[in-house]
Amino acid sequence: MALDSKIPQGPIKDKWTDYKNQIDLVNPANKRNIDVIVVGTGLAGGSAAATLAELGYNVKAFCFQDSPRRAHSIAAQGGINAAKNYQGDGDSTYRLFYDTVKGGDYRSREANVYRLAEVSANIIDQCVAQGVPFAREYGGLLDNRSFGGVLVSRTFYAAGQTGQQLLLGAYSAMNRQIGRGKIKMYNRHEMLDVVKVDGKARGIITRNLITGEIERHSAHAVVLGTGGYGNVFFLSTNAMGSNVTAAWKAHKRGAYFANPCYTQIHPTCIPVSGDHQSKLTLMSESLRNDGRIWVPKHMKDVEAIRNKTLQPKDIKEEDRDYYLERRYPAFGNLVPRDVASRAAKERCDAGFGVNATGEAVFLDFASAITRYGKEQATVRHLDVNDAALVKKLGQEVVKNKYGNLFQMYEKIVDQDPYNTPMMIYPAVHYTMGGIWVDYNLMTTVPGLYCIGEANFSDHGANRLGASALMQGLADGYFVLPYTIGDYLSDDIRTGPISTDSKEFDEAEKSVRELIDKLINNNGQHSVDYFHKKLGKIMWNKVGMSRNVTGLTEAIAEIKALREQFWKEVKVPGTNEEFNEELAKATRVADYLELGELFAKDALHREESCGGHFREDAVELDGEQKGEAKRDDENFAYVAAWEYKGEPSDAVLHKEQLEFKDIELKQRSYK
Amino acid sequence: MSGILNSSIGRKFAMALSAFFLMFFLLQHFSINIISVFSPETFNDVSHFMGTFPLVQYVLQPILILGVVFHFVMGFVLEIKNNKARQISYAKNNGAANSSWMSRNMIWSGLAILAFVGLHFYDFWFPEINTKFIVGDMSGLVDPNNADSGFRYYEELQHKFMDLWRVVLYVIAFVFLALHLLHGFNSAFQSVGANNKYTKGLKGFSKIYAIGIPVGFIFIALFHYFNH
Amino acid sequence: MNMNLTLKIWRQKNASDKGQMVDYKVSDISPDMSFLEMLDVLNEQLVNNNESPVAFDHDCREGICGMCSLYINGEAHGPDRGVTTCQLHMRMFKDGDTITIEPFRATAFPVIKDLIVDRSSFDRIQHAGGFISVNTSGNTIDANAIPVNKHDADDAFSAATCIGCGACVASCKNSSAMLFVGAKVSQFALLPQGKVEATDRVLNMVKQMDEEGFGNCTNTGACEVECPKGISLENIARMNREYLAASLKG
Repeated sequence: MALDSKIPQGPIKDKWTDYKNQIDLVNPANKRNIDVIVVGTGLAGGSAAATLAELGYNVKAFCFQDSPRRAHSIAAQGGINAAKNYQGDGDSTYRLFYDTVKGGDYRSREANVYRLAEVSANIIDQCVAQGVPFAREYGGLLDNRSFGGVLVSRTFYAAGQTGQQLLLGAYSAMNRQIGRGKIKMYNRHEMLDVVKVDGKARGIITRNLITGEIERHSAHAVVLGTGGYGNVFFLSTNAMGSNVTAAWKAHKRGAYFANPCYTQIHPTCIPVSGDHQSKLTLMSESLRNDGRIWVPKHMKDVEAIRNKTLQPKDIKEEDRDYYLERRYPAFGNLVPRDVASRAAKERCDAGFGVNATGEAVFLDFASAITRYGKEQATVRHLDVNDAALVKKLGQEVVKNKYGNLFQMYEKIVDQDPYNTPMMIYPAVHYTMGGIWVDYNLMTTVPGLYCIGEANFSDHGANRLGASALMQGLADGYFVLPYTIGDYLSDDIRTGPISTDSKEFDEAEKSVRELIDKLINNNGQHSVDYFHKKLGKIMWNKVGMSRNVTGLTEAIAEIKALREQFWKEVKVPGTNEEFNEELAKATRVADYLELGELFAKDALHREESCGGHFREDAVELDGEQKGEAKRDDENFAYVAAWEYKGEPSDAVLHKEQLEFKDIELKQRSYK
Repeated sequence: MSGILNSSIGRKFAMALSAFFLMFFLLQHFSINIISVFSPETFNDVSHFMGTFPLVQYVLQPILILGVVFHFVMGFVLEIKNNKARQISYAKNNGAANSSWMSRNMIWSGLAILAFVGLHFYDFWFPEINTKFIVGDMSGLVDPNNADSGFRYYEELQHKFMDLWRVVLYVIAFVFLALHLLHGFNSAFQSVGANNKYTKGLKGFSKIYAIGIPVGFIFIALFHYFNH
Repeated sequence: MNMNLTLKIWRQKNASDKGQMVDYKVSDISPDMSFLEMLDVLNEQLVNNNESPVAFDHDCREGICGMCSLYINGEAHGPDRGVTTCQLHMRMFKDGDTITIEPFRATAFPVIKDLIVDRSSFDRIQHAGGFISVNTSGNTIDANAIPVNKHDADDAFSAATCIGCGACVASCKNSSAMLFVGAKVSQFALLPQGKVEATDRVLNMVKQMDEEGFGNCTNTGACEVECPKGISLENIARMNREYLAASLKG
């Protein structure tokens, strides 16, 4: 099937408005007769469910957590971008559009990104109206901060808990509709299949995680807002339950999976402390505004630090390698996430990692503390040469800016970052790839929609800070509710969809077979055993930097691991109870397939772009020597994979990306 | 407005209002009793006034009794309801880690005070009511037939505090009263929604009140025990 | 210095099972582990021995989703302050310790299995009024059209940081939910957008709270101490005021 992105004609700035003016609508009386299933209740799913219910559709919403409020959008820290230009610093829809496309290393779809930038301002209005307590200035107006290397201040925030506040806003909008009976909420339910009737998505099969009951749910359209698949790496900043299962089942039912290899690896996370580690914790990107990143210059100092015979603060200035400042004098410690992450890996691979595992670099606030301390001493007319006083004053400033992050670090690592440098290391954080969708956010399965992180559309090969929240809410509040109406307008005479059909029988049967197989497998290894192994393969060979040998090996290893999983996995207990091992097993089974496709996608993309770095695609000489080399001539397309059984049989479909409003350029940070 | 007393917050508010009333009464009771230490004559005059003035006897006294009854009945009702809100208790609970002993044991300090109120009624209130309304002697005199015999109140007071056991019981009761007030005073303010910039200052004052009044009562009891 | 520990854990097959405390041993526990990672070790051990792993709620493991909910050595989220169970680290314990682990106990939080409880009562309270009635349109008034006093905005934010974990209920000797409800009522009562529906909101939410079977607040303050997000008792006082004012109006 050829991919049709259905981008409306006309100039980019008019596309969305014209589109909205021309689509078919469903009249309010008919909406009452139409059911929509929304899977996932994070920013995208939650906002979509609430808005669709407000419009009058009957919504059934599903989440695997015990409440919609717990979706992992809640953990987003920094903020949400919007082209409001409240600061009068020259921001505009076009600028936000431009920054997002460029930040994505020119691998996103222009029309979608422009629409995202266009509705961004509405998001802020909507959230404030809902009572989201954004940070304000003393005058009572909204405050902004700048973020991730852009030239304007357009990020709205609520301390370090912006995701939480936005999610609780969407949750409150859902609550209103649940109270009115317009949303029927299914907590602790996991979607295990999509049901297609006459080629259209007409329902899902779920497992009740408390009772194990396999349930059929029908609707006129199905929306997936099920988040990213970073947990394919086992260790990531995702929640423990975050999974690819819903998206992967959709893929198996005909939805193409786009750009699976685009992964964002965030440079400032707390390093792994041992094999017991279950997840990684992010420290906000904002820390790089004041922290300097370094490792020792000399191997003997590295060893002394590891043996704890030397304190990092006792290493002399000239014996430190501030490698980001050395390599990227123009941007220094503020290079984009992908660049900073790779640079840390390069130093650690060279043996300069500063903790026991050899996978950590320092993020040092000592010079910021001194700088702020001197500033304060000057302002207060105190002695700027009194080192102890300067340190104390400086620490106060740093505490005001980053206090909660420093406290979080201290709780986890048990070291005081005011007195010794933090240790950080990159960790998997976000996946730009996902289910392929057209301009309407519909997948290649009619009636099946995909929104938020679960789809692929807006971030290209790399996501800018504070853009994920923007996309989730844009899709759910302002895009999907229009586009889905156009599709549903054909369904006003369809009537309720019966779950008593051979398609539902078949889907339920396949789910039951899967569960029976897992429960009765009687192997010798736990689910985590396999998940950890998969994670290691992914991290070592499909991680921050990739090469042909590693990827080829990874494909073979994942395939072998998958076979071993089906022979040797052990799932205790039964289906008819709360059984977390079973839930984990269904998720890991899908990761074991996705992982292979992920590596296959990375292998086929013989260029470096954004989060995808190929060691064989680097600049060989000149000022940019050693930096990522994009290949616009051969790879300016979206790779959408069609399921054909084994991941190795997946068929590649290309959506050529056209850049009419932005000129393609190399990203340089030197 | 209807059903406010059926709601959790309404009941909490009512508890607080009755508490305020009782705390005010306590202050008043204490003020009169402390006079007995300085001037038996004034104490007698004030006691006679309080014991015979119609507004006090026929209006305030019934309200007070109602207040006491309401406070402890509601206290029991809430305690039972609150116990129902956790039917299986913890195998290990470390309440001391997050709250004061007083706050967790209001029902016990309250019961101790209630028992004391019983004794106190037996000691003073029932004899008073008997003398005034059953025997019908409203004179307040030691000997109703002798106008020069003087008021009986101070003498009765002293007489009661001759027994060591009674003094000990009173002292114990006042300790419980202090414990009850140490939590109850501030709690009442919180219940009516007063938690603001004055709360910190109020907490200081509440300590003075919660300890000062019971200590004062203890002092009076001991004073009369040692000075008769 | 790794630790060997004895765990006393509440095991209950399902909602209708009676349940009991069961003893387990874990060894070689690193002080750098989080409490839940220690339980992961136990579960791996149980699965390998063909025993049923201990069920407990958890998701984000970074202290924000509010899913984890263990009562550890007599305290909600254990002995540390300002943390959820997932942020509690094993360095808070000593080699040879016995640790008692129970579910959050309240009639309104019935046990589903082992250490997992059903907190949907919290959701139902929110359905009753935890929102501002505004439709999504893209045409709501500009976000800066209504300035909000910074102190009010900050207080609203502080109230809104509640993660809905239920530690307040679990810690309260009366299993009262007033800190949770007070926080939500306060968030909206402090903002101009929320004032329009303030009367109905507080009446409806308190009514639902009472119907769910939570106990009454006796101001012990345990909730505030154990709250991983430090939600202040002022929010309960504010709810009391809002409720009384609303009752007089309504």
